[in-house]
Amino acid sequence: MTILNGLGLTRIPPEGEALRAEVRAFLQDAVKDIPAHIRAKSWSGYDPAFSRRLGEKGWLGMTFPTAYGGHAQGAFARYVVVEELLNFGAPVGSHWIAERQSAPLILKYGTEAQKQRYVPPVARGESFFCIGMSEPNAGSDLASVRTRAVPNDAGWLLNGQKIWTTNAQHCQYMIALVRTSGEAADRHKGLSQLIVDLNLPGVTVRPIEDMSGDSHFCEVFFENVQLAPDALVGAEGQGWEQVTAELAFERSGPERLFSSVVLFDQWLAFLRTEATPRAESLRLAGQILTRLAPLRALSVAVQEKLVQGQSPIVEAALVKDQGTVLEQYIPAAIADDLMAREGAAIPHELMLTLNYLTLVSPCYTLRGGTRSILRGMIARGLGLR
Amino acid sequence: MDHLIIDALRDVLTGQCTPAIVRAIENEVAAHNGCAPETDLTKISATAATLWQQIEDTGFADLLLPEDEGGAGLALRDAFAVWDLLGQHAMPLPLAETMLARGWLVAAGVAVPQGAIALAPHLLVEGGGVGTSGVRGARVAQWVLGQHGGELVLLPVAGAQASPSIFVLDADLRWKAETLVSATRVPAPASLLVAQAGLVSALLAGSLLTTFESTLNFANERQQFGRPIGKFQAIQHELAVMAEHVSAARMAAQIACEAGGVLADPLKVAVGKARTGEAAVEVASLAHSVHGAIGFTTEFDLQLFTRRLHLWRQTAGSESYWQLQAGQALVAAGGMSLDVIRQITDSTAAA
Ligand SMILES: Cc1cc2nc3c(=O)[nH]c(=O)nc-3n(C[C@H](O)[C@H](O)[C@H](O)COP(=O)(O)OP(=O)(O)OC[C@H]3O[C@@H](n4cnc5c(N)ncnc54)[C@H](O)[C@@H]3O)c2cc1C
Repeated sequence: MTILNGLGLTRIPPEGEALRAEVRAFLQDAVKDIPAHIRAKSWSGYDPAFSRRLGEKGWLGMTFPTAYGGHAQGAFARYVVVEELLNFGAPVGSHWIAERQSAPLILKYGTEAQKQRYVPPVARGESFFCIGMSEPNAGSDLASVRTRAVPNDAGWLLNGQKIWTTNAQHCQYMIALVRTSGEAADRHKGLSQLIVDLNLPGVTVRPIEDMSGDSHFCEVFFENVQLAPDALVGAEGQGWEQVTAELAFERSGPERLFSSVVLFDQWLAFLRTEATPRAESLRLAGQILTRLAPLRALSVAVQEKLVQGQSPIVEAALVKDQGTVLEQYIPAAIADDLMAREGAAIPHELMLTLNYLTLVSPCYTLRGGTRSILRGMIARGLGLR
Repeated sequence: MDHLIIDALRDVLTGQCTPAIVRAIENEVAAHNGCAPETDLTKISATAATLWQQIEDTGFADLLLPEDEGGAGLALRDAFAVWDLLGQHAMPLPLAETMLARGWLVAAGVAVPQGAIALAPHLLVEGGGVGTSGVRGARVAQWVLGQHGGELVLLPVAGAQASPSIFVLDADLRWKAETLVSATRVPAPASLLVAQAGLVSALLAGSLLTTFESTLNFANERQQFGRPIGKFQAIQHELAVMAEHVSAARMAAQIACEAGGVLADPLKVAVGKARTGEAAVEVASLAHSVHGAIGFTTEFDLQLFTRRLHLWRQTAGSESYWQLQAGQALVAAGGMSLDVIRQITDSTAAA
């Protein structure tokens, strides 16, 4: 059983660690005036000026080739930068999807012209993308997307609707999964990925307010949107294979472990102010630590396999499911701990962070594939289906 | 880690530590339980004596000794693979414990005694003598290495007053003051509880793997409603959750054993023992759920593993104990939790 047997304890190599101190010094200064409850948003935090600063530092597009504005660094160097960004609760939301998913996708499947045009601005932190996969009737079941692009003399004529599109209101581009041939009944046959300029006539973006009061995802409507022929990324009809690969490799990174870490650290700081922290609190701190540390070790081990060119898809799903469940547990458990004190003065800022994470944490086990879907993938990897 | 050692051990265990042999040892000891301890293992369990002799002959109990002392000079991080394998085979003798005890004794300049050594990290002084309860594997060991204050004491099982403990191979033991006085004592190099918790984490890692694999096999074979139960989504999700616990626990156990010498890092052990203990409860429960009634029987081998999951979870400190230790260390450390996590998860072997 290599899936459960094959991940050995390792470490980030020195060339990966090399940047950590510099990144940390930068972040200590960059986030010092941002209150914790805002830092807690981290990968939903939209701050284009911050993204540009990261671009100037060379901390975006780190693994992209230099020919496209990248820095040709190893995946572990990027891992360390992302880990630090998330642990500081830096606002990475603006560039997050473009840098993590869209530009790598274009580098992998795009034409030379597409790479030249789209990738360098992403590495500079100036160009932002969103992902148009979900639709009102296609969430988990992406093969049933109905948004359709019909080839015409000018390129592609796009009609349909996307939903839950993170940051669509702030982005220049969407990479949309759409039907280009066949019918919905043909499932994954006939799907393609198109780059949609969101400023084109016929595109309407409508933000949706989430239960925390933020509006960071949107509905996007396409009404006779005329796209140029070069909007297509990769091959016509290959969209399903492309999105499957795209989703598989973003499942075990630090972002699946540290979404609640700003709260965890803030709560630990509060415990340190208490003359005698409750034994139950110390135990909870230890419980979270003893769950989180093995997952971080697994995440690093999966990253190492990726660096070696393997595709540890099931291992990554094992990490994502556990990581997101733990991220979700943290606010619930900390709330339980704080409210076990009789009349203790709990800092307002800590309560604000707790409240934000309580309201936003349901999404951890939805975004990037729900836990039921991941468990189905694990079962497939175990040979059960 | 030397793959030759692991391959050789796997061969021995596959041939000589089968479920039938584990059962025979448990049954023979049960028949003898309540009788006085023996120096001669054959009187308690001939099967255990045979298995022990095979282990001695192949040198597995000496793997942590330096090469010039007849060992293989393994460090704890290499021992993980050995202990993991013992867990995979429901090893009924305190071999992991003996490896560790021999390593510590030789490091302290004490000659290694013949026979298996069980561990007792909490020796209690009682009326001049010492005692301790629930010594794992004491019924099939010749010696107990105990800790009392800052000292390690090597006590003969045959010199003890024994009474049965909850698990059939364990015993509650008491030694008179005279035995204690004449016993070999050395200063303890570290906490025996930490050491035992580390090796038990690795045993749990192995037992978790076998429990999972046999449950997966069962799900592919057992048919209901005209198809294997593994085709039902509810069962698939139970197996996926088991796989998650097993993968995290196995990584945690590797962390527990991550040390270059024979002394474990207490914080890493805390992570290993707390996480494997959590997994033991979940995985045992899910395994029985998937197996249905057959898994609840003595006749079916699953119980050899799930009983050990609970037993080892209850050994050398439960989750609450180790979570508290880890939490105290984390709060004492200050700064970002990430830095404590990095200190725990970064292997020093590759550095
Ligand atoms: C914060 C956030 C940001 C997001 N950002 C984006 C984005 O940028 N772009 C984008 O395209 N999408 C985005 N999404 C959408 C996300 O990918 C979907 O929510 C997700 O795929 C689930 O789809 P759904 O919400 O339609 O739920 P459904 O598919 O309707 O599922 C509802 C429930 O049924 C379960 N279920 C469905 N099918 C099965 C099955 N076969 N077996 C077992 N259980 C099943 C699901 O697990 C879930 O529990 C975002 C979502 C969130 C919450």
